[in-house]
Amino acid sequence: MKSRTIKVDYLARVEGEGALFVKIRGDKVEDVKLKIFEPPRFFEAFLRGRRYSEAPDITARICGICPIAYQMSAVHAMEDAFGVKVEGPLRDLRRLIYCGEWIESHVLHIYMLHAPDFLGVPDAIHLAREHPQIVQRGLQLKKAGNEIVTVLGGREIHPINVRVGGFYRVPTRGELAPLLERMKWARDAAIETVRWVATLPFPEFEQDYTFVSLRHPDEYPFNEGRLVSNRGLDISVREYDDHFTEEHVEHSNALHSVLKPNTPYFVGPLARYNLNFDRLSPLAQEESRAAGLAEGCRNPFQSIIVRSVETLQACDEAVRLIERYERPDKPRVPVHPRAARGYACTEAPRGTLYHRYRIDESGTIREAKIVPPTSQNQKTIEQDLWQFVPQHLHESQDKLRWQCEQAIRNYDPCISCATHFLKLNLDRE
Amino acid sequence: MGPPMPDTRQPPLLIIGVGNPFRGDDAAGLLAVRQLHSAGLASAQIVEHSGEGASLMEAWKGARAVILIDAVNSGGRPGTICRLDPANKPLPAERFQGSTHAFSIPQAIEMARALNELPAQVVIFGIEGKNFHAGTELSKEVNDALPELVRHVLEEAASIETTLRNGE
Repeated sequence: MKSRTIKVDYLARVEGEGALFVKIRGDKVEDVKLKIFEPPRFFEAFLRGRRYSEAPDITARICGICPIAYQMSAVHAMEDAFGVKVEGPLRDLRRLIYCGEWIESHVLHIYMLHAPDFLGVPDAIHLAREHPQIVQRGLQLKKAGNEIVTVLGGREIHPINVRVGGFYRVPTRGELAPLLERMKWARDAAIETVRWVATLPFPEFEQDYTFVSLRHPDEYPFNEGRLVSNRGLDISVREYDDHFTEEHVEHSNALHSVLKPNTPYFVGPLARYNLNFDRLSPLAQEESRAAGLAEGCRNPFQSIIVRSVETLQACDEAVRLIERYERPDKPRVPVHPRAARGYACTEAPRGTLYHRYRIDESGTIREAKIVPPTSQNQKTIEQDLWQFVPQHLHESQDKLRWQCEQAIRNYDPCISCATHFLKLNLDRE
Repeated sequence: MGPPMPDTRQPPLLIIGVGNPFRGDDAAGLLAVRQLHSAGLASAQIVEHSGEGASLMEAWKGARAVILIDAVNSGGRPGTICRLDPANKPLPAERFQGSTHAFSIPQAIEMARALNELPAQVVIFGIEGKNFHAGTELSKEVNDALPELVRHVLEEAASIETTLRNGE
Protein backbone atom coordinates (compact mmCIF):
# COMPACT_ATOMS: atom_id res chain seq x y z
CA MET A 1 0.00 0.00 0.00
CA LYS A 2 1.29 3.42 -0.89
CA SER A 3 2.07 5.35 2.23
CA ARG A 4 2.74 9.03 2.62
CA THR A 5 3.67 11.12 5.59
CA ILE A 6 3.46 14.88 5.73
CA LYS A 7 5.39 16.47 8.50
CA VAL A 8 5.83 20.14 9.20
CA ASP A 9 8.11 20.98 12.08
CA TYR A 10 7.79 24.38 13.55
CA LEU A 11 9.68 24.63 16.75
CA ALA A 12 13.03 24.10 15.18
CA ARG A 13 14.56 25.08 18.45
CA VAL A 14 12.81 22.35 20.36
CA GLU A 15 14.17 19.19 18.94
CA GLY A 16 11.81 16.54 17.68
CA GLU A 17 8.69 18.54 18.28
CA GLY A 18 6.52 18.14 15.21
CA ALA A 19 3.97 20.80 14.53
CA LEU A 20 2.00 18.94 11.92
CA PHE A 21 2.04 15.26 11.17
CA VAL A 22 -0.33 13.74 8.64
CA LYS A 23 -0.18 10.05 7.78
CA ILE A 24 -1.81 8.79 4.64
CA ARG A 25 -2.27 5.16 3.60
CA GLY A 26 -3.54 4.71 0.07
CA ASP A 27 -6.41 7.13 -0.27
CA LYS A 28 -7.11 7.30 3.44
CA VAL A 29 -5.89 9.71 6.09
CA GLU A 30 -4.82 7.60 9.05
CA ASP A 31 -3.54 10.19 11.45
CA VAL A 32 -3.41 13.93 12.01
CA LYS A 33 -1.37 15.29 14.86
CA LEU A 34 -1.01 18.99 15.36
CA LYS A 35 1.00 20.95 17.82
CA ILE A 36 1.29 24.55 16.90
CA PHE A 37 1.02 26.24 20.20
CA GLU A 38 2.65 25.90 23.54
CA PRO A 39 0.27 26.85 26.33
CA PRO A 40 1.55 29.75 28.43
CA ARG A 41 2.26 27.59 31.48
CA PHE A 42 5.52 29.37 32.17
CA PHE A 43 3.67 32.66 32.50
CA GLU A 44 0.98 31.21 34.72
CA ALA A 45 3.72 30.04 37.07
CA PHE A 46 5.66 33.29 36.69
CA LEU A 47 2.58 35.30 37.75
CA ARG A 48 2.09 33.47 41.02
CA GLY A 49 3.31 35.62 43.89
CA ARG A 50 3.31 38.82 41.78
CA ARG A 51 1.17 41.87 42.42
CA TYR A 52 -2.20 42.03 40.63
CA SER A 53 -0.99 45.23 38.99
CA GLU A 54 1.89 43.44 37.25
CA ALA A 55 -0.35 41.05 35.32
CA PRO A 56 -1.05 43.34 32.33
CA ASP A 57 2.61 44.02 31.56
CA ILE A 58 3.82 40.48 32.26
CA THR A 59 1.15 38.74 30.17
CA ALA A 60 1.65 41.28 27.36
CA ARG A 61 5.00 39.58 26.82
CA ILE A 62 3.36 36.30 25.86
CA CYS A 63 2.71 37.57 22.37
CA GLY A 64 4.76 39.99 20.30
CA ILE A 65 1.85 40.57 17.94
CA CYS A 66 -1.07 40.94 20.31
CA PRO A 67 0.19 42.39 23.62
CA ILE A 68 -2.92 44.59 23.96
CA ALA A 69 -5.18 41.54 23.99
CA TYR A 70 -3.25 40.11 26.92
CA GLN A 71 -3.30 43.46 28.72
CA MET A 72 -7.04 43.82 28.15
CA SER A 73 -7.95 40.34 29.39
CA ALA A 74 -5.69 40.89 32.41
CA VAL A 75 -7.15 44.27 33.41
CA HIS A 76 -10.74 43.14 32.90
CA ALA A 77 -10.17 40.02 34.99
CA MET A 78 -8.65 42.09 37.83
CA GLU A 79 -11.48 44.61 37.64
CA ASP A 80 -13.97 41.74 37.74
CA ALA A 81 -12.26 40.50 40.91
CA PHE A 82 -12.27 43.90 42.62
CA GLY A 83 -15.70 45.06 41.47
CA VAL A 84 -14.31 47.93 39.39
CA LYS A 85 -16.20 49.32 36.41
CA VAL A 86 -14.39 51.37 33.76
CA GLU A 87 -16.72 53.50 31.69
CA GLY A 88 -16.97 56.56 29.46
CA PRO A 89 -13.85 57.89 27.75
CA LEU A 90 -11.56 55.40 29.55
CA ARG A 91 -13.60 52.54 28.17
CA ASP A 92 -13.50 54.18 24.74
CA LEU A 93 -9.72 54.46 24.91
CA ARG A 94 -9.50 50.75 25.61
CA ARG A 95 -11.64 50.02 22.59
CA LEU A 96 -9.49 52.39 20.56
CA ILE A 97 -6.20 50.74 21.49
CA TYR A 98 -7.77 47.35 20.73
CA CYS A 99 -8.78 48.71 17.30
CA GLY A 100 -5.12 49.57 16.75
CA GLU A 101 -4.03 46.05 17.58
CA TRP A 102 -6.69 44.43 15.40
CA ILE A 103 -5.59 46.59 12.47
CA GLU A 104 -1.90 45.77 12.98
CA SER A 105 -2.41 42.06 13.48
CA HIS A 106 -5.05 41.49 10.80
CA VAL A 107 -3.19 43.51 8.17
CA LEU A 108 0.04 41.66 8.86
CA HIS A 109 -1.73 38.37 8.33
CA ILE A 110 -3.78 39.47 5.31
CA TYR A 111 -0.92 40.99 3.34
CA MET A 112 2.24 39.31 4.53
CA LEU A 113 1.16 35.77 5.39
CA HIS A 114 -2.18 34.86 3.86
CA ALA A 115 -2.55 36.64 0.51
CA PRO A 116 0.49 34.94 -1.08
CA ASP A 117 -1.31 31.58 -0.61
CA PHE A 118 -4.09 32.64 -2.94
CA LEU A 119 -1.92 34.44 -5.47
CA GLY A 120 0.32 31.48 -6.14
CA VAL A 121 3.50 33.20 -4.99
CA PRO A 122 5.75 31.65 -2.36
CA ASP A 123 5.72 34.62 -0.01
CA ALA A 124 5.08 38.31 0.48
CA ILE A 125 8.53 39.19 -0.88
CA HIS A 126 7.49 37.89 -4.29
CA LEU A 127 4.23 39.79 -3.88
CA ALA A 128 6.21 42.96 -3.17
CA ARG A 129 8.25 42.46 -6.35
CA GLU A 130 5.17 41.90 -8.51
CA HIS A 131 2.71 44.27 -6.84
CA PRO A 132 4.69 46.78 -4.79
CA GLN A 133 1.75 49.20 -4.55
CA ILE A 134 -0.45 46.55 -2.92
CA VAL A 135 2.21 45.63 -0.38
CA GLN A 136 2.88 49.30 0.34
CA ARG A 137 -0.81 49.80 1.08
CA GLY A 138 -0.66 46.89 3.50
CA LEU A 139 2.42 48.25 5.23
CA GLN A 140 0.91 51.73 5.57
CA LEU A 141 -2.36 50.36 6.87
CA LYS A 142 -0.54 48.25 9.43
CA LYS A 143 1.45 51.30 10.42
CA ALA A 144 -1.77 53.25 11.04
CA GLY A 145 -2.72 50.57 13.57
CA ASN A 146 0.73 50.80 15.13
CA GLU A 147 0.29 54.52 15.59
CA ILE A 148 -2.84 54.09 17.70
CA VAL A 149 -1.02 51.58 19.89
CA THR A 150 2.00 53.87 20.15
CA VAL A 151 -0.03 56.96 21.12
CA LEU A 152 -2.18 55.13 23.68
CA GLY A 153 0.20 52.40 24.72
CA GLY A 154 3.15 54.70 25.31
CA ARG A 155 5.35 52.85 22.84
CA GLU A 156 5.06 50.71 19.77
CA ILE A 157 6.56 47.48 20.99
CA HIS A 158 5.38 46.17 24.33
CA PRO A 159 3.04 49.00 25.27
CA ILE A 160 3.21 49.95 28.93
CA ASN A 161 0.50 52.53 29.49
CA VAL A 162 -2.41 50.19 30.26
CA ARG A 163 -3.18 49.50 33.93
CA VAL A 164 -5.90 48.03 36.08
CA GLY A 165 -8.55 50.75 36.40
CA GLY A 166 -7.55 52.63 33.25
CA PHE A 167 -4.27 54.09 32.04
CA TYR A 168 -1.14 55.60 33.52
CA ARG A 169 -1.68 58.63 31.32
CA VAL A 170 -4.48 59.56 28.95
CA PRO A 171 -3.96 61.61 25.78
CA THR A 172 -5.32 65.10 25.24
CA ARG A 173 -7.75 65.69 22.37
CA GLY A 174 -4.91 67.41 20.58
CA GLU A 175 -2.70 64.35 20.87
CA LEU A 176 -5.38 62.17 19.31
CA ALA A 177 -6.21 64.68 16.58
CA PRO A 178 -3.48 63.61 14.10
CA LEU A 179 -4.77 60.05 14.37
CA LEU A 180 -8.15 61.09 13.01
CA GLU A 181 -6.91 61.94 9.52
CA ARG A 182 -4.74 58.84 9.61
CA MET A 183 -7.68 56.61 10.49
CA LYS A 184 -9.83 58.16 7.79
CA TRP A 185 -7.10 57.26 5.32
CA ALA A 186 -6.91 53.81 6.90
CA ARG A 187 -10.66 53.33 6.56
CA ASP A 188 -10.40 53.96 2.81
CA ALA A 189 -7.41 51.63 2.57
CA ALA A 190 -9.38 48.99 4.48
CA ILE A 191 -12.26 49.28 2.01
CA GLU A 192 -9.77 48.76 -0.81
CA THR A 193 -8.40 45.77 1.07
CA VAL A 194 -11.84 44.15 1.36
CA ARG A 195 -12.46 44.69 -2.34
CA TRP A 196 -9.05 43.31 -3.25
CA VAL A 197 -9.22 40.10 -1.20
CA ALA A 198 -12.77 39.47 -2.44
CA THR A 199 -11.26 38.85 -5.91
CA LEU A 200 -8.95 36.05 -4.70
CA PRO A 201 -9.75 32.45 -5.69
CA PHE A 202 -10.96 30.31 -2.78
CA PRO A 203 -11.11 26.53 -2.55
CA GLU A 204 -14.56 25.18 -1.78
CA PHE A 205 -14.38 23.95 1.77
CA GLU A 206 -17.34 24.53 4.04
CA GLN A 207 -17.62 22.83 7.40
CA ASP A 208 -20.30 22.71 10.05
CA TYR A 209 -18.39 24.48 12.80
CA THR A 210 -19.28 25.34 16.36
CA PHE A 211 -18.42 29.04 16.49
CA VAL A 212 -17.75 30.72 19.84
CA SER A 213 -17.21 34.40 20.52
CA LEU A 214 -18.20 37.26 22.76
CA ARG A 215 -21.43 39.06 22.00
CA HIS A 216 -22.27 42.49 23.29
CA PRO A 217 -25.71 44.15 23.27
CA ASP A 218 -24.59 47.10 21.14
CA GLU A 219 -21.06 46.60 19.89
CA TYR A 220 -18.98 44.36 17.70
CA PRO A 221 -17.12 42.53 20.45
CA PHE A 222 -13.74 43.61 21.76
CA ASN A 223 -13.63 43.87 25.53
CA GLU A 224 -16.94 42.73 26.90
CA GLY A 225 -19.98 40.60 26.38
CA ARG A 226 -21.40 37.15 26.94
CA LEU A 227 -19.86 34.05 25.44
CA VAL A 228 -22.19 32.67 22.81
CA SER A 229 -22.15 29.98 20.14
CA ASN A 230 -24.24 29.08 17.11
CA ARG A 231 -25.36 25.98 19.05
CA GLY A 232 -27.15 27.79 21.83
CA LEU A 233 -24.36 28.53 24.30
CA ASP A 234 -25.03 31.82 26.07
CA ILE A 235 -23.03 32.23 29.29
CA SER A 236 -21.29 34.85 31.34
CA VAL A 237 -17.50 34.75 31.21
CA ARG A 238 -17.49 33.63 34.86
CA GLU A 239 -19.03 30.34 33.71
CA TYR A 240 -16.22 29.62 31.23
CA ASP A 241 -14.70 26.74 33.19
CA ASP A 242 -18.11 25.08 33.55
CA HIS A 243 -18.38 24.78 29.79
CA PHE A 244 -14.85 24.57 28.41
CA THR A 245 -11.97 22.35 29.31
CA GLU A 246 -8.47 21.62 28.11
CA GLU A 247 -7.86 18.02 27.09
CA HIS A 248 -4.43 16.58 27.44
CA VAL A 249 -3.41 15.05 24.13
CA GLU A 250 -1.44 11.90 24.59
CA HIS A 251 0.76 12.05 21.50
CA SER A 252 2.18 15.45 22.36
CA ASN A 253 2.45 17.95 25.16
CA ALA A 254 -0.32 19.99 23.58
CA LEU A 255 -3.57 20.82 25.26
CA HIS A 256 -6.70 20.95 23.13
CA SER A 257 -9.56 23.10 24.33
CA VAL A 258 -13.01 21.63 23.87
CA LEU A 259 -16.54 22.60 24.63
CA LYS A 260 -17.61 20.01 27.20
CA PRO A 261 -17.87 17.12 26.90
CA ASN A 262 -15.76 16.84 23.75
CA THR A 263 -16.70 19.28 20.99
CA PRO A 264 -14.02 21.14 19.06
CA TYR A 265 -14.91 24.77 18.51
CA PHE A 266 -13.80 27.72 16.45
CA VAL A 267 -12.80 31.16 17.79
CA GLY A 268 -11.57 34.19 15.87
CA PRO A 269 -12.72 36.43 13.02
CA LEU A 270 -14.96 33.86 11.34
CA ALA A 271 -16.70 33.03 14.64
CA ARG A 272 -17.15 36.70 15.56
CA TYR A 273 -18.48 37.50 12.11
CA ASN A 274 -20.98 34.64 12.13
CA LEU A 275 -22.23 35.50 15.60
CA ASN A 276 -22.13 39.30 15.37
CA PHE A 277 -22.82 40.35 11.78
CA ASP A 278 -25.63 42.59 13.05
CA ARG A 279 -23.15 44.43 15.29
CA LEU A 280 -20.86 45.47 12.43
CA SER A 281 -21.05 49.11 11.39
CA PRO A 282 -23.29 49.86 8.40
CA LEU A 283 -20.18 50.50 6.30
CA ALA A 284 -18.59 47.17 7.25
CA GLN A 285 -21.87 45.34 6.60
CA GLU A 286 -22.24 47.01 3.22
CA GLU A 287 -18.70 46.17 2.15
CA SER A 288 -18.92 42.57 3.28
CA ARG A 289 -22.12 42.08 1.30
CA ALA A 290 -20.49 43.70 -1.72
CA ALA A 291 -17.56 41.33 -1.24
CA GLY A 292 -19.95 38.42 -1.68
CA LEU A 293 -19.95 37.30 1.93
CA ALA A 294 -23.31 36.28 3.23
CA GLU A 295 -24.16 37.00 6.85
CA GLY A 296 -22.74 33.60 7.57
CA CYS A 297 -19.46 32.25 6.23
CA ARG A 298 -18.27 28.69 6.84
CA ASN A 299 -15.26 28.55 4.56
CA PRO A 300 -12.13 29.15 6.66
CA PHE A 301 -10.15 30.06 3.53
CA GLN A 302 -12.42 33.11 3.25
CA SER A 303 -11.29 34.24 6.68
CA ILE A 304 -9.00 36.61 4.77
CA ILE A 305 -12.12 38.51 3.64
CA VAL A 306 -13.55 38.45 7.15
CA ARG A 307 -10.26 39.73 8.56
CA SER A 308 -10.42 42.57 6.05
CA VAL A 309 -14.00 43.36 7.05
CA GLU A 310 -12.92 43.40 10.71
CA THR A 311 -10.03 45.69 9.78
CA LEU A 312 -12.55 48.04 8.21
CA GLN A 313 -14.74 47.75 11.30
CA ALA A 314 -11.77 48.63 13.51
CA CYS A 315 -10.86 51.66 11.37
CA ASP A 316 -14.47 52.83 11.27
CA GLU A 317 -14.81 52.39 15.02
CA ALA A 318 -11.50 54.18 15.63
CA VAL A 319 -12.71 57.21 13.66
CA ARG A 320 -15.89 57.35 15.76
CA LEU A 321 -14.03 56.93 19.04
CA ILE A 322 -11.49 59.63 18.23
CA GLU A 323 -14.17 62.06 17.06
CA ARG A 324 -16.16 61.82 20.28
CA TYR A 325 -13.20 61.71 22.66
CA GLU A 326 -13.17 64.09 25.62
CA ARG A 327 -10.23 63.74 27.94
CA PRO A 328 -11.38 62.33 31.29
CA ASP A 329 -10.45 64.21 34.49
CA LYS A 330 -8.55 61.23 35.81
CA PRO A 331 -6.65 58.59 33.86
CA ARG A 332 -8.04 55.77 35.98
CA VAL A 333 -10.67 54.82 38.49
CA PRO A 334 -9.62 53.80 42.02
CA VAL A 335 -8.83 50.12 42.54
CA HIS A 336 -8.97 48.43 45.95
CA PRO A 337 -7.64 44.89 45.85
CA ARG A 338 -9.38 42.22 47.90
CA ALA A 339 -9.34 38.46 48.13
CA ALA A 340 -11.34 37.37 45.10
CA ARG A 341 -11.42 35.53 41.82
CA GLY A 342 -11.56 37.46 38.57
CA TYR A 343 -12.52 36.30 35.11
CA ALA A 344 -12.34 37.92 31.68
CA CYS A 345 -12.59 37.12 28.03
CA THR A 346 -11.71 39.66 25.41
CA GLU A 347 -11.52 39.23 21.65
CA ALA A 348 -7.90 39.10 20.58
CA PRO A 349 -7.37 39.39 16.82
CA ARG A 350 -7.10 35.58 16.68
CA GLY A 351 -10.10 34.96 18.94
CA THR A 352 -11.30 34.74 22.50
CA LEU A 353 -8.58 35.11 25.11
CA TYR A 354 -9.53 33.88 28.59
CA HIS A 355 -7.80 34.97 31.83
CA ARG A 356 -8.68 33.85 35.33
CA TYR A 357 -6.94 34.93 38.52
CA ARG A 358 -7.19 34.21 42.21
CA ILE A 359 -5.99 37.14 44.27
CA ASP A 360 -5.40 37.24 48.01
CA GLU A 361 -6.33 40.06 50.40
CA SER A 362 -2.96 41.79 49.89
CA GLY A 363 -3.42 41.94 46.10
CA THR A 364 -0.99 39.11 45.36
CA ILE A 365 -1.75 36.69 42.55
CA ARG A 366 -2.15 33.17 43.95
CA GLU A 367 -3.30 31.45 40.78
CA ALA A 368 -3.43 32.38 37.10
CA LYS A 369 -5.01 30.64 34.18
CA ILE A 370 -4.63 31.79 30.57
CA VAL A 371 -6.28 30.17 27.55
CA PRO A 372 -5.17 31.79 24.28
CA PRO A 373 -7.21 31.59 21.09
CA THR A 374 -4.74 29.42 19.21
CA SER A 375 -4.91 26.64 21.78
CA GLN A 376 -8.69 26.75 21.47
CA ASN A 377 -8.55 26.39 17.69
CA GLN A 378 -6.02 23.54 17.57
CA LYS A 379 -8.54 20.75 17.58
CA THR A 380 -10.66 22.44 14.92
CA ILE A 381 -7.61 22.85 12.70
CA GLU A 382 -6.91 19.13 13.07
CA GLN A 383 -10.50 18.41 12.09
CA ASP A 384 -10.13 20.61 9.02
CA LEU A 385 -7.06 18.64 7.97
CA TRP A 386 -8.88 15.32 8.41
CA GLN A 387 -11.47 16.64 5.93
CA PHE A 388 -9.20 18.62 3.65
CA VAL A 389 -6.39 16.17 2.93
CA PRO A 390 -8.53 13.37 1.40
CA GLN A 391 -9.89 15.87 -1.15
CA HIS A 392 -6.36 16.72 -2.28
CA LEU A 393 -4.56 13.39 -2.31
CA HIS A 394 -3.94 13.65 -6.05
CA GLU A 395 -1.61 16.59 -5.50
CA SER A 396 2.14 16.23 -5.34
CA GLN A 397 3.76 15.90 -1.95
CA ASP A 398 5.05 19.48 -2.03
CA LYS A 399 1.76 20.95 -3.12
CA LEU A 400 -0.17 18.95 -0.55
CA ARG A 401 2.17 20.06 2.22
CA TRP A 402 1.78 23.64 1.13
CA GLN A 403 -2.02 23.26 1.10
CA CYS A 404 -1.90 21.84 4.61
CA GLU A 405 0.09 24.85 5.74
CA GLN A 406 -2.51 27.03 4.07
CA ALA A 407 -5.32 25.28 5.93
CA ILE A 408 -3.47 25.99 9.18
CA ARG A 409 -2.79 29.59 8.19
CA ASN A 410 -6.53 30.19 7.82
CA TYR A 411 -6.56 30.42 11.60
CA ASP A 412 -3.68 32.90 11.82
CA PRO A 413 -2.19 30.72 14.53
CA CYS A 414 -0.01 32.41 17.04
CA ILE A 415 3.08 30.42 16.14
CA SER A 416 5.33 33.37 15.65
CA CYS A 417 4.95 34.16 19.33
CA ALA A 418 6.48 30.95 20.52
CA THR A 419 9.78 31.78 18.89
CA HIS A 420 10.58 33.78 15.82
CA PHE A 421 11.44 30.80 13.75
CA LEU A 422 9.95 27.75 12.27
CA LYS A 423 11.26 24.99 10.13
CA LEU A 424 9.54 22.86 7.57
CA ASN A 425 10.43 19.25 7.02
CA LEU A 426 9.08 16.80 4.55
CA ASP A 427 9.28 13.19 5.51
CA ARG A 428 8.28 10.53 3.01
CA GLU A 429 7.85 6.94 4.08
CA MET B 1 -4.50 53.62 -2.93
CA GLY B 2 -4.94 56.63 -0.66
CA PRO B 3 -2.52 59.50 -0.27
CA PRO B 4 1.06 58.60 0.67
CA MET B 5 1.79 58.58 4.35
CA PRO B 6 4.36 61.09 5.57
CA ASP B 7 7.74 59.80 6.58
CA THR B 8 9.34 61.10 9.79
CA ARG B 9 12.51 60.83 11.98
CA GLN B 10 15.54 59.07 11.61
CA PRO B 11 18.92 58.96 13.33
CA PRO B 12 21.81 58.07 11.01
CA LEU B 13 22.61 54.81 12.81
CA LEU B 14 20.06 52.50 14.34
CA ILE B 15 21.09 49.58 16.53
CA ILE B 16 18.26 47.10 17.01
CA GLY B 17 18.36 44.27 19.52
CA VAL B 18 15.83 41.61 18.62
CA GLY B 19 14.42 38.93 20.87
CA ASN B 20 11.91 37.68 23.38
CA PRO B 21 12.94 38.17 27.01
CA PHE B 22 10.97 35.10 28.07
CA ARG B 23 12.49 32.67 25.61
CA GLY B 24 15.84 31.72 27.07
CA ASP B 25 18.72 32.58 24.74
CA ASP B 26 16.36 34.43 22.43
CA ALA B 27 16.82 37.38 24.81
CA ALA B 28 20.50 37.73 23.81
CA GLY B 29 19.88 40.53 21.30
CA LEU B 30 17.95 42.55 23.88
CA LEU B 31 20.55 42.02 26.60
CA ALA B 32 23.34 43.03 24.22
CA VAL B 33 21.79 46.37 23.27
CA ARG B 34 21.05 47.17 26.91
CA GLN B 35 24.80 47.20 27.47
CA LEU B 36 25.33 49.74 24.68
CA HIS B 37 23.58 52.65 26.38
CA SER B 38 26.61 53.55 28.45
CA ALA B 39 29.03 53.21 25.56
CA GLY B 40 28.74 56.82 24.35
CA LEU B 41 27.78 56.18 20.75
CA ALA B 42 27.32 59.67 19.36
CA SER B 43 24.83 59.24 16.55
CA ALA B 44 23.24 55.90 17.28
CA GLN B 45 19.71 55.23 18.41
CA ILE B 46 19.31 52.00 20.33
CA VAL B 47 16.09 50.05 20.05
CA GLU B 48 14.72 46.82 21.53
CA HIS B 49 12.43 44.95 19.19
CA SER B 50 10.32 41.80 19.07
CA GLY B 51 11.54 41.00 15.57
CA GLU B 52 8.16 41.25 13.87
CA GLY B 53 9.18 42.00 10.30
CA ALA B 54 6.75 44.69 9.16
CA SER B 55 7.41 46.92 12.14
CA LEU B 56 11.15 46.28 11.78
CA MET B 57 10.86 47.72 8.29
CA GLU B 58 9.11 50.76 9.74
CA ALA B 59 11.73 51.06 12.46
CA TRP B 60 14.67 51.27 10.06
CA LYS B 61 12.93 53.22 7.30
CA GLY B 62 15.03 56.24 6.43
CA ALA B 63 18.01 55.22 8.57
CA ARG B 64 21.36 55.32 6.76
CA ALA B 65 22.83 52.39 8.64
CA VAL B 66 21.38 49.60 10.75
CA ILE B 67 22.96 47.05 13.03
CA LEU B 68 20.69 44.16 14.02
CA ILE B 69 21.53 41.79 16.85
CA ASP B 70 19.62 38.54 17.23
CA ALA B 71 19.96 35.00 18.49
CA VAL B 72 20.22 32.43 15.72
CA ASN B 73 19.80 28.70 15.51
CA SER B 74 21.88 27.15 12.77
CA GLY B 75 23.12 24.08 14.58
CA GLY B 76 26.49 25.63 15.40
CA ARG B 77 28.28 25.79 18.71
CA PRO B 78 26.25 27.80 21.26
CA GLY B 79 27.74 31.25 21.84
CA THR B 80 29.32 31.44 18.37
CA ILE B 81 29.02 34.92 16.90
CA CYS B 82 28.47 35.50 13.20
CA ARG B 83 28.44 38.69 11.16
CA LEU B 84 26.24 38.97 8.08
CA ASP B 85 26.11 41.72 5.50
CA PRO B 86 22.71 41.39 3.81
CA ALA B 87 22.94 44.72 1.99
CA ASN B 88 25.19 43.02 -0.53
CA LYS B 89 23.80 39.50 -0.67
CA PRO B 90 20.64 37.67 0.41
CA LEU B 91 20.58 36.22 3.89
CA PRO B 92 21.04 32.51 4.38
CA ALA B 93 17.44 32.02 5.47
CA GLU B 94 18.09 28.63 7.01
CA ARG B 95 20.24 30.26 9.65
CA PHE B 96 17.16 32.13 10.86
CA GLN B 97 14.88 29.17 10.17
CA GLY B 98 12.50 31.45 8.33
CA SER B 99 9.63 30.18 6.26
CA THR B 100 6.53 31.57 4.65
CA HIS B 101 4.73 31.25 7.98
CA ALA B 102 6.59 33.90 9.87
CA PHE B 103 7.46 37.41 8.85
CA SER B 104 10.72 38.00 10.58
CA ILE B 105 14.20 39.44 9.99
CA PRO B 106 15.14 37.66 6.73
CA GLN B 107 11.73 38.38 5.20
CA ALA B 108 11.88 42.00 6.34
CA ILE B 109 15.33 42.42 4.77
CA GLU B 110 14.28 40.87 1.48
CA MET B 111 11.00 42.77 1.34
CA ALA B 112 12.74 46.04 2.06
CA ARG B 113 15.15 45.21 -0.74
CA ALA B 114 12.22 44.48 -3.10
CA LEU B 115 10.65 47.83 -2.22
CA ASN B 116 13.94 49.77 -2.41
CA GLU B 117 13.72 50.59 1.28
CA LEU B 118 16.72 48.72 2.58
CA PRO B 119 19.13 51.10 4.34
CA ALA B 120 22.43 51.50 2.51
CA GLN B 121 24.30 49.73 5.25
CA VAL B 122 22.91 46.77 7.17
CA VAL B 123 24.96 44.51 9.41
CA ILE B 124 23.52 41.61 11.38
CA PHE B 125 25.25 40.06 14.36
CA GLY B 126 23.91 36.64 15.19
CA ILE B 127 24.72 34.71 18.31
CA GLU B 128 24.15 30.98 18.28
CA GLY B 129 21.62 30.05 20.96
CA LYS B 130 21.32 26.81 22.85
CA ASN B 131 18.10 26.96 24.83
CA PHE B 132 14.95 28.64 23.52
CA HIS B 133 12.48 27.24 26.02
CA ALA B 134 10.11 29.48 27.95
CA GLY B 135 12.03 31.14 30.75
CA THR B 136 14.33 34.02 31.54
CA GLU B 137 17.62 32.13 31.96
CA LEU B 138 20.38 32.43 29.40
CA SER B 139 22.56 29.40 28.70
CA LYS B 140 26.07 29.67 30.12
CA GLU B 141 27.55 29.63 26.62
CA VAL B 142 25.48 32.58 25.44
CA ASN B 143 25.95 34.48 28.68
CA ASP B 144 29.73 34.02 28.44
CA ALA B 145 29.75 35.21 24.83
CA LEU B 146 27.72 38.39 25.45
CA PRO B 147 30.73 40.65 26.23
CA GLU B 148 32.40 39.61 22.98
CA LEU B 149 29.16 40.25 21.08
CA VAL B 150 28.90 43.73 22.59
CA ARG B 151 32.55 44.40 21.69
CA HIS B 152 31.89 43.43 18.05
CA VAL B 153 28.83 45.66 17.89
CA LEU B 154 30.71 48.63 19.38
CA GLU B 155 33.55 48.23 16.89
CA GLU B 156 31.10 48.04 14.01
CA ALA B 157 29.17 51.06 15.29
CA ALA B 158 32.37 53.10 15.68
CA SER B 159 33.42 52.21 12.16
CA ILE B 160 29.99 53.14 10.76
CA GLU B 161 29.96 56.41 12.69
CA THR B 162 33.35 57.32 11.24
CA THR B 163 32.11 56.55 7.75
CA LEU B 164 28.96 58.60 8.29
CA ARG B 165 30.97 61.53 9.71
CA ASN B 166 33.20 61.52 6.68
CA GLY B 167 30.09 61.75 4.55
CA GLU B 168 30.77 58.63 2.60
